[in-house]
Amino acid sequence: MNNSHSFDEQFEFKGRARTWSLIMIVIGLVGLIFGFASGAGERTFANLLLNGYYLSCVCICGIFFCAVQYVAQAGWSTAVLRVPQAFAKVLPYAGIILLAIICAGLFITHTGPNEEGKMTSIPYLYKLWALKGVTIKGNENYDAIITAKSGYLNIPFFLIRLVIYLGSYSWLGRLLVKYSNNEDELGGMFNYNKSFKVSVIFLLIFGFTVPLFAFDTIMSLEAHWFSTMFGWYNFAALWVGGLSVITLTLILLREAGYMQWVTEDHLHNLGQLMFGFSVFWTYLWFAQFLLTWYANIPEEAAYFYRRWEPQFKPWFWLNIIVNFLTPLLTLMSRDSKRKVSVLKVACIILICGHWLDYWQMIMPGTVGPQSSWAVEIGPIEICLFVGFIGLFIFMVSSALSKFKSLVPKKHPLLEESLHHHL
Amino acid sequence: MSSTKYILGLFADPDEMMNGIDTLQKNSVPIYDVYTPMPIHGIERKLGIKDSRLGYAAFMFGCLGGTTIFSMAYYMLVQDWPMNIGGKPAFAIPDFIPITFEWTVLFTAFGMTLTFFYATHLFPGRTPRVMDLRATDDRFVIAIDAKGNIPHEDITNLLKEAGAVEVKHNDRKYVSYE
Repeated sequence: MNNSHSFDEQFEFKGRARTWSLIMIVIGLVGLIFGFASGAGERTFANLLLNGYYLSCVCICGIFFCAVQYVAQAGWSTAVLRVPQAFAKVLPYAGIILLAIICAGLFITHTGPNEEGKMTSIPYLYKLWALKGVTIKGNENYDAIITAKSGYLNIPFFLIRLVIYLGSYSWLGRLLVKYSNNEDELGGMFNYNKSFKVSVIFLLIFGFTVPLFAFDTIMSLEAHWFSTMFGWYNFAALWVGGLSVITLTLILLREAGYMQWVTEDHLHNLGQLMFGFSVFWTYLWFAQFLLTWYANIPEEAAYFYRRWEPQFKPWFWLNIIVNFLTPLLTLMSRDSKRKVSVLKVACIILICGHWLDYWQMIMPGTVGPQSSWAVEIGPIEICLFVGFIGLFIFMVSSALSKFKSLVPKKHPLLEESLHHHL
Repeated sequence: MSSTKYILGLFADPDEMMNGIDTLQKNSVPIYDVYTPMPIHGIERKLGIKDSRLGYAAFMFGCLGGTTIFSMAYYMLVQDWPMNIGGKPAFAIPDFIPITFEWTVLFTAFGMTLTFFYATHLFPGRTPRVMDLRATDDRFVIAIDAKGNIPHEDITNLLKEAGAVEVKHNDRKYVSYE
């Protein structure tokens, strides 16, 4: 077996990748300015929330991936572990960006119609429950349902919760990266065992809080409605989206000449995970949809009613086609998972598909329908998505270039991973 | 004319068996099959065994199961006896999906099991085809078709050199039949 790889190679973030990521960030900024200048402030804010949430989810997925590998004591993944670790390193920044977007959306107000259609001063995000006087009886904004939920859903507690989620994930992610770096210096089992412990703690916290993270950030946009499936549905989206980004990053790094020890067997494994969890995502999507559709209780059906408006319906169905049928048909056979070109296309489709998934969770409850379905996704959406991709590439590449080696070279299971065979 | 039908090289160690395969292949001795008590990575590629087509069978069985139950449900609930369930239309596709999924899985599982039994000549109650009983325990066995592969002495020597702990010249193909 060929073991002559140089594990000391370092990633260098320069040249075309750097230029392109900066150009993409500029495109995002142009989209941001265009959004506010054209008077579509609420739409711009909704898009910022969408991309900020997606960015955080992908970074959280990096930590989750590492934690699952440690807890399962999986050997195959050691060769690819630096990429999710780089995502984990980016989470603090992604979390700050998300919190900044949410704070700005909560505290900056504009004049708009409240639930009764009266013009009043409403915040850009979470307008249903964060507007002034919503819990005061007799106020023009009074809402009985929100008042009943206000013990949980109020601005200070909401922000405290978000800080706790993002802070604890970031901190545990940092610890995992730190132990892995220490391991590179010292070797031995000491750091591996510590990583195992931290991973168990992370999974425990993550398992209980990730549904709440989704409830708070996304589901509370439509605070009259609730679904207990929503948290796991979002978790599945986080996991599939994150896996696609991890796989695509690996493919691009391989093409750039780095990490040559990553074989098609590793990519095959990642393809299997993407395929399997796409089906899992569909399962949860359908479990949420079928029960609502069958029971047809107005307060539950309102959510899907909004998505079945003619402006959203094509996108609603496209979501399930892209995120279920595409991976089902392209990734089912063994050969296509081992063919890098097919896997790459599948990754790109899934990354865009889960953007669409988050988009259709957020838009109907915030901006509402535009004049026709074709203008629902316009320059603001595309520019901001491109901008956040640029930001992600920039931050992850910078984080990756700080690693002294692109593989945890003294990881106890490294040899197993290098000889991984499927 | 010798009555030997198959020559079996029994190895105690998988690495030595892999070495034995190399030796035989270098000397252009065709290998009939290899029997091991545990899966050995990379042996399929070495022996040039084609990829299993079980996956395609599974896919076809899945399609069959899905179409069967979907048509059945369609006939029963839409054609033959439409019922008003919660005011939903008779042909309510979302309702059909769980059962379609279940039957797809069921047909795939049963179909794959039966295909596997058929392909490997296994079936409950049937005596399995075994060329050497210790291949299911602690021996790694390389089988060579004796017919046309002569001289047998040379093959025996090759196997011994490669580290075979025992070389058998069997008159019968399967020892498991009485």
